[in-house]
Amino acid sequence: MTTRNMIEAINDAHRVMMARDEDIVVFGEDVGYFGGVFRATAGLQKEFGKTRCFDAPISEGGIVGTAVGMAAYGLKPLIEIQFADYIYPGFDQIVSEVAKMRYRTAGEWTMPMVIRSPYGGGIFGGQTHSQSPEALFTHCAGLKVVIPSNPYDAKGLLIAAIEDPDPVIFFEPKRIYNGPFDGHHDRPVKPWSKNELSEVPDGHYTVPLGKAKVVREGEALTVLAYGTMVHVALSAIEDNGIDAEVIDLRTLLPLDMATIEQSVKKTGRCLVVQEATKTGGFASELATLVQERCFYHLEAPVERVTGWDTPYPHAYEWVYFPGPIRMKNALKKVLEA
Amino acid sequence: MSDKPDIRANRPALALHVPEPPFRPGDTPDFSSIKIQAAGEVPRPDVAADAAETHPLTTQLVRVLDDNGHAVGPWNPKLDPDTLRKMLKDMKTVRVFDDRMYRAQRQGKTSFYMKCTGEEAIAVSAATAMDPEDMHFPTYRQQGLLVARGYPLVTMMCQIYSNKGDPLQGRQLPIMYSDKKHGFFSISGNLGTQYPQAVGWAMASAIKGDSRIAMGWIGDGATAEGDFHSAMTFAAVYQAPVILAVVNNQWAISSFSGIAGAEQATFAARAVGYGIAGLRVDGNDALAVYAAVKWASERARTNNGPTTIEFFTYRAEGHSTSDDPTGYRAKGEAEEWPLGDPIARLKAHLVALGEWDEERDAALDKEIDSSVRGAQKEAESQGILPQQGFDNIPSMFEDVYSETPWHLAEQRDQALDEAREFLGHEPK
Repeated sequence: MTTRNMIEAINDAHRVMMARDEDIVVFGEDVGYFGGVFRATAGLQKEFGKTRCFDAPISEGGIVGTAVGMAAYGLKPLIEIQFADYIYPGFDQIVSEVAKMRYRTAGEWTMPMVIRSPYGGGIFGGQTHSQSPEALFTHCAGLKVVIPSNPYDAKGLLIAAIEDPDPVIFFEPKRIYNGPFDGHHDRPVKPWSKNELSEVPDGHYTVPLGKAKVVREGEALTVLAYGTMVHVALSAIEDNGIDAEVIDLRTLLPLDMATIEQSVKKTGRCLVVQEATKTGGFASELATLVQERCFYHLEAPVERVTGWDTPYPHAYEWVYFPGPIRMKNALKKVLEA
Repeated sequence: MSDKPDIRANRPALALHVPEPPFRPGDTPDFSSIKIQAAGEVPRPDVAADAAETHPLTTQLVRVLDDNGHAVGPWNPKLDPDTLRKMLKDMKTVRVFDDRMYRAQRQGKTSFYMKCTGEEAIAVSAATAMDPEDMHFPTYRQQGLLVARGYPLVTMMCQIYSNKGDPLQGRQLPIMYSDKKHGFFSISGNLGTQYPQAVGWAMASAIKGDSRIAMGWIGDGATAEGDFHSAMTFAAVYQAPVILAVVNNQWAISSFSGIAGAEQATFAARAVGYGIAGLRVDGNDALAVYAAVKWASERARTNNGPTTIEFFTYRAEGHSTSDDPTGYRAKGEAEEWPLGDPIARLKAHLVALGEWDEERDAALDKEIDSSVRGAQKEAESQGILPQQGFDNIPSMFEDVYSETPWHLAEQRDQALDEAREFLGHEPK
């Protein structure tokens, strides 16, 4: 057991798996000698050699496209898209090729690859380093979408994603790489070392895909969240003294609907939280599913806490961000309805 | 009013250039302005030569067969007669197959078909020049690769009919074949995607210290996609053991090659900017195609890096069964095409060698016609498209993921309920 922040946990998952499986290749922009702009691949090239971990041209379409060819050959590409906002040049390769290959070849060619990418705002990254595009990928048949919220899960989920036979989009909430963020941007940052989830086992372990985690049990309402927003939600609940049940989804697709249903049927109220823009987001899918499957247990309309439907504005970051006040008001609305 | 002088007053009005093909319906095509090297004229660099040494070749045309059916010059691959006869047979088979399947579509037996008439030499010769274990990432006009590699015609047809014998279980548009064993990667309808994939496969082969190489295929039109640039960049950066073919058949549906940039430079010349070896080849000359692919594959196999090859040819038929080219191009272009018919040219060569005659040719035509008809009959015994779509509905929900998740299982059951209501009985 070693205390690790999320980056160190993700880096360790790479190291553990590259040592176990010679077919894993790691590449992306700046990931080789330098070890990635967020240091997630630090030391891998030195340890595993230049043909196992290398720099790619600034070409997300090329990175994903060549990864498809490598997977077709029999390798397991574990690639990094430097920011989720940069993923769009690779979108056609992901949506039309990676996601559909097993289906269109009737299982003859599969795409066991992981596409890692830091996502989300709260770092003054402006509109091209802050986006949360997860709903674009959950909308796409054939992909699995995973978003961890802490170092322990990050390592275990990444290893599970690497071992999964299907392609996985692995979005990492970059705001919490170095410490859990409670949404109070005006308060000092807490490091992961003060959080028990930074106790990360050495070596191999997995956190299974498709399994959510009840991170706080409660009776008053169910809060569904993932990534950074798990911590924002937990903090808002404590601040407002609400006995909420909080579910960290961990995998968006396939979704652990059983855990969600069980909780909402118990509490009768549900709040869905995402950092992404509001319209057509994954929160909308969650709200719909809860409505379809738990309607007769609901005592209030399902509410969403989300970012606004604007590009992520640089100077107005904390107006955009679904922080403590938006959380408090939504919690109140769901509880008082 | 400002008293500042208008600095733009004396400038000429800008004009947008929108390329226009030389001939449109009603015109009489005349291709005499296309510069064509004599067979044997273009030099053949060493396979390990610097890429720059090949670059003058990117504006010329590698040709082997002359007008009298003789193979001449440094690119003459000197193939034995049995290989030549096999190539002729494969090319003829592709053409007959295309005709039968085109008719099947017109008869309502399937939804869609695409011929490669006039381009048969390219895929057949490439497959012949490469090893069977090498991997192709084709477009939709390389059916010759499968035919030359001995893939069963019946299976191709079953794919076209989406019937019980279709290995892709009715999930793909006709002709979007896929077969790992025959080194034929799944065809995508999104053009250009296969190009960086070919490079990635080749990189993987190099990472593993394998000896197999890859060949990526693209049409003139899709070279405009970003994937073309990605592929060329990655191929150059990592010196991937890959051949990147551009089949320039002059037409992308109704857009002539000028809409993809051919007025300004040849497609082969794009190799220059990436520092990749480049060749421009008469695509209707089976021997020139063979020689160029052989050269590029030896180059790749000896760690001398990638080669871009433009095959200069002509799309003699419409883009697909959904296209009518009389609406946008002049009648008689295919007949006037200065590089001739690839099948007639290879046949003339075999005749000139004394290895072929009209009698044997007629017998071969008869044999191919019979075997293609036989294959069609066998394929149709397994069903045609209009009969498909309600057998084994659960299979439609398989292979989206390795295991069927709950939401797809629910949707499958709902689809079965709908089918039951529509059919009035239990779906098979």
